[in-house]
Amino acid sequence: MSRIDKRFAALRAEGRAGFVTFITAGDPDHETCARLLAGLPAAGADVIELGMPFSDPMADGPSIEAAGLRALAKGASMQMTLKLVRDFRQKDNDTPIVLMGYFNPISAYGVDRFLVDAKAAGVDGLIVVDLPPEEDDELCLPAVKAGIHFIRLATPTTDEQRLPAVLANTSGFLYYVSIAGITGAAAADPDAVGKAVARIKKHTKIPVAVGFGIRDGKRAAEIARVADAAVVGTALVERVAEAQIKGIDPADHVLALVRDLSKAIRGVAKAAA
Amino acid sequence: MTMLNSYRSGPDEKGHFGKFGGRFVAETLMPLILDLEKHYAAAKSDPAFRAEMDYLLKDYVGRPSPLYYAEPFTKHLGGAKIYFKREELNHTGAHKINNCIGQILLAKRMGKTRIIAETGAGQHGVATATVAARFGLPCVIYMGEVDIERQQPNVFRMKLLGAEVRAVKSGSRTLKDAMNEALRDWVTNVHDTFYIIGTVAGPHPYPMLVRDFQSVIGEETRVQMMEKEGRIPDSLVACIGGGSNAMGLFHPFLDDKDVQIYAVEAAGEGLETTRHAASLAKGVPGVLHGNRTYLLQDADGQITEAHTISAGLDYPGIGPEHAWLHDVGRANYVSATDKEALDAFQLCSRLEGIIPALESSHALAHVIKLAPKLPKDHLMAVCLSGRGDKDIYTVAKALGVKL
Ligand SMILES: Cc1ncc(COP(=O)(O)O)c(C=O)c1O
Repeated sequence: MSRIDKRFAALRAEGRAGFVTFITAGDPDHETCARLLAGLPAAGADVIELGMPFSDPMADGPSIEAAGLRALAKGASMQMTLKLVRDFRQKDNDTPIVLMGYFNPISAYGVDRFLVDAKAAGVDGLIVVDLPPEEDDELCLPAVKAGIHFIRLATPTTDEQRLPAVLANTSGFLYYVSIAGITGAAAADPDAVGKAVARIKKHTKIPVAVGFGIRDGKRAAEIARVADAAVVGTALVERVAEAQIKGIDPADHVLALVRDLSKAIRGVAKAAA
Repeated sequence: MTMLNSYRSGPDEKGHFGKFGGRFVAETLMPLILDLEKHYAAAKSDPAFRAEMDYLLKDYVGRPSPLYYAEPFTKHLGGAKIYFKREELNHTGAHKINNCIGQILLAKRMGKTRIIAETGAGQHGVATATVAARFGLPCVIYMGEVDIERQQPNVFRMKLLGAEVRAVKSGSRTLKDAMNEALRDWVTNVHDTFYIIGTVAGPHPYPMLVRDFQSVIGEETRVQMMEKEGRIPDSLVACIGGGSNAMGLFHPFLDDKDVQIYAVEAAGEGLETTRHAASLAKGVPGVLHGNRTYLLQDADGQITEAHTISAGLDYPGIGPEHAWLHDVGRANYVSATDKEALDAFQLCSRLEGIIPALESSHALAHVIKLAPKLPKDHLMAVCLSGRGDKDIYTVAKALGVKL
């Protein structure tokens, strides 16, 4: 069983939804990010998504774009991203880490070399925004072969007919993007999300995490009620920027929000699935 | 190595030209892209679509554009016989409108009610704003702040045409960033919005359909050269940003193996510097904006900024079909610097009474290098992709003239 499968099995046993946190690797700098990463599990993150910075993040809003550019300005690179994971794994062998980003930095690193190094570092899954099922040969199939989950995004435009293609070769969990839009955009209402998750569940047994537009405990709790996990990203990386302006420690500032959100999510008891 | 029996059969059903192209887009866009492909296939075999397109190209755009014997230019250079394919005489002043007519008709067929586009020089933005006005659709144009600064006349034209011009402040604030922003808009408004991509790039089927819509350039050139000279050209020259005017000129001749093909990238301050836009000469294959192609990027796969005096060529990538033609060796990819383009701009203005776009001036700069070495019976067709009115402020500044 992979770390991701184990984690979702444990969540099911606990009868609650998971909390997936997104931060950008190397934001605002390598050292601070390493501290933040190390602090996430204790603050309540069940799964960690670590963004691989890219100069041209076409599916991201201004906040996550800015986080990537901050990181790149401080020397972030694929090697440093993998180092963050490797160092994290020295102390935590249970919390799943999913790398999220765009294909070009992986392609430049070399797909085969990337998969070997990512696996060795302790990466559990990949979310690559610009690799739809139509491009599965590029990375998805080699990743699955290398024992790394390829986690796909499903969106409101993914209809009944297309869902099977999106689910094929997807494992670990499915990431349902609750609105057609970029990261940081407004949220969909929980009713619509609930219906969409139910629709997806008819096609698959893998857990469904829901993201986009979750900014506070109230919304996180609402999503936790209808999904297997809630993903928060933009609100976290915005705290990095805020901390820099205020001159306080970004890691502490982000972790404080993670604790709040985690409490909200843990407060939601799940009806047995 | 197996011989190709045609250079014109691409892309394959997955949108690949050799290893280039593809559909590297977010899931949100994928259903729409598949739908666009279906609609385009249906439109292609629908005589009514063809008829409406032909009508608009003729009476609205003013096609066919002339193939003009550039006698003063030819005499001055003293070699090859040079013809200009006068795309600058099209309505809106560039080749870009050929493609916009085709795409807006597709948008209509698909029932889309809102148009978006990216623009660099503003020519594609103007052409898109124009067809959006003509078809009564609201239109948003994304343009980098740097380009807004250097192409003021076109910004005002777009506004006059009723388009909203949104300044893009991210990244290098030029064409690539405008494309990122247009993609973000598209992902957000996918239900009602059609994205008119301005060059032979982006996810499949865009590189194919833009090529098809621009191929009118080469098809006319073939017929016109036959009429004037009784044979097809010996060589073709065009500038390359994303590569649409070049592909439009080249594609109908790809299987005429004796036709030499030259595509001219922008070398900016020189290929030996980092300030250029020569993605084939200096880039490596990667994935950006929906397709695999040659890209200017660093070792970590971060896209680097392109630099050229010509806003329309200021893009760190190139259409995937060009990447493939480069690799199989069917076309020659060369470059011209800012300085060479500026010289060509002035020479053409003075000798021919035609002020060419700075983009097209890159093609002319290569003609200036090439033509003198060729015999007088060598027929050369150059794509004059646009007119230079939009560039007078940039050129004045470069020449140290205050307007
Ligand atoms: C006059 C003109 N020529 C050429 C180009 C470059 O585009 P492409 O390479 O797609 O023809 C542009 C782009 O704005 C242009 O305005």
